[in-house]
Amino acid sequence: MVRLEGVGLCYGRDAETGPEVLRDITLAIPAAGFRWLLGPSGAGKSSLLRLLHAAVRPSRGRLEVLGTDVGGASRRALPRLRRRIGVVHQDFRLLRHLSAYDNVALPLRIAGRPEGQIRADVGEVLRWVGLADKMEVHPARLSGGEQQRVAIARAVIGRPQLLLADEPTGNLDDRQSERLMQMLTELNRLGTTVVVATHNDALVRRHPAPALLLEGGRLQAAA
Amino acid sequence: MAGRSEFRHARLLRPAGFDELGVRRALSDRILPALVAAMSFLAALALAGGLAAAGLAGHWRTGAATVVTVQVPRPTQPAEGSGGAGEDTRLGRALAVLHTSPGVVSTRVVPEGELSDLLRPWLGAGIEKLSLPIPAVIELRMAPAGADLDRLTRRLESAAPGALVESHGPWFRRLAVLAHSLVACAAVAALVVALVASMVVVIATRAGLLARREAIEIVHDLGASDGYIAGRFSRRVLGLAALGGLAGAVLAMPVLLGLATLAAPFAAPGQAGGDPELSWGALGVLPASLWLMLPGLPVLAAAIGFLTAQGTVRQWLRRLP
Repeated sequence: MVRLEGVGLCYGRDAETGPEVLRDITLAIPAAGFRWLLGPSGAGKSSLLRLLHAAVRPSRGRLEVLGTDVGGASRRALPRLRRRIGVVHQDFRLLRHLSAYDNVALPLRIAGRPEGQIRADVGEVLRWVGLADKMEVHPARLSGGEQQRVAIARAVIGRPQLLLADEPTGNLDDRQSERLMQMLTELNRLGTTVVVATHNDALVRRHPAPALLLEGGRLQAAA
Repeated sequence: MAGRSEFRHARLLRPAGFDELGVRRALSDRILPALVAAMSFLAALALAGGLAAAGLAGHWRTGAATVVTVQVPRPTQPAEGSGGAGEDTRLGRALAVLHTSPGVVSTRVVPEGELSDLLRPWLGAGIEKLSLPIPAVIELRMAPAGADLDRLTRRLESAAPGALVESHGPWFRRLAVLAHSLVACAAVAALVVALVASMVVVIATRAGLLARREAIEIVHDLGASDGYIAGRFSRRVLGLAALGGLAGAVLAMPVLLGLATLAAPFAAPGQAGGDPELSWGALGVLPASLWLMLPGLPVLAAAIGFLTAQGTVRQWLRRLP
């Protein structure tokens, strides 16, 4: 499902020789696995999630996601892979000029799904995250928590095989965080592989699962 | 049927007006169409100039180039050796020689009235009162392969001494070369206009890409292919370029009509050897080929815009993995 062997990542022009943000990462996550991704700020959690999302290619080593060799795949092959992965970004990355409905519908429209199916699915997911009455509202007029829920709805709308979440509870209260966790657990139970990066220790304690601990760009433990 | 269902399918895929990348704001409907309209206007002028020059070149090369004039002084005097007054004038002798010369397709004696008209700008009205010894002028149309003018001159000299043979071939050849050069210049001008239009689209598209960079990255991360993103930009550019191309062609119309009206007397219908290219249609004074080319300008502008935008966006997207 997800396999990294000696993966290193450098940003910028000298990707071959520059300082590595991630070093010698070797790990494997089985299909329908759940992993917490833990570590202090700047440890490389977001970079690892970007790698798993095929938003960057590894500078070194071998990275395989959902059966695709991300380092060796052609540019044409990567969009198809990304459509099978849902991502919740720390900064939401919503399109400000689109309504909540259109933001959530975007992955399905990119995938070329018929509009009738999109209408049904988006309505259902927005109801699920409690935003049924805010479908036509633009992100600027939504609270931080509401924007985060739109981002979550967008990440799960395509029923991804791999779900990556970067601090998904950062702007949610405890009740909403619990609800999100129930949602993620449910998706995981249905077969989605889930990786959640978080600083929320309480949440991790309440939902015990294997964790990947990053420090200074290195994997300290894969419990 | 298949086309309609595909169209409905496409409508279902993406609602009309859904602009996830915000290209409508990134590529405004003012500047790009205005610049393309200016390019289209210039292209219309270059094309019209090129067509006119091509028409004249063909006209000079095929028609007028075969004209030779023969001047016969004292045309009404009896021919030498004819034994006095009678039907056998010097003009008659010259015509008889011409009718039996190989390579001469037709002869026409220019009527006196026409000669007077030709001389009026220099000698004024009432030339007849001056009782000048005006020669008879015979216009010959030669076979395209040409004729042995030296031999013709010798035969005319013996039939009507003092007759002058003048071929306009060299002049027409020079004019035809000039006209061909003008056609080449018009073609180069049209090409440069197309290149500039293409560069304008590159600059506008790049500015649009920079303005919508964040949205493009988000859509790219959600799994949009290069073709998807390039399609959103190029379709917008296609529409704007077509609009500009149409505006430029329409704006060029009155100018072209004015120029064609001014040029019309120089290529009047019924003129000997008139080129069909220059026989103005009943719809107006513009040649038919220009009527076909003007609607082609918006189509060409749209095609240049679409292809250039596709190339620019796809190249820009290569910076993303």
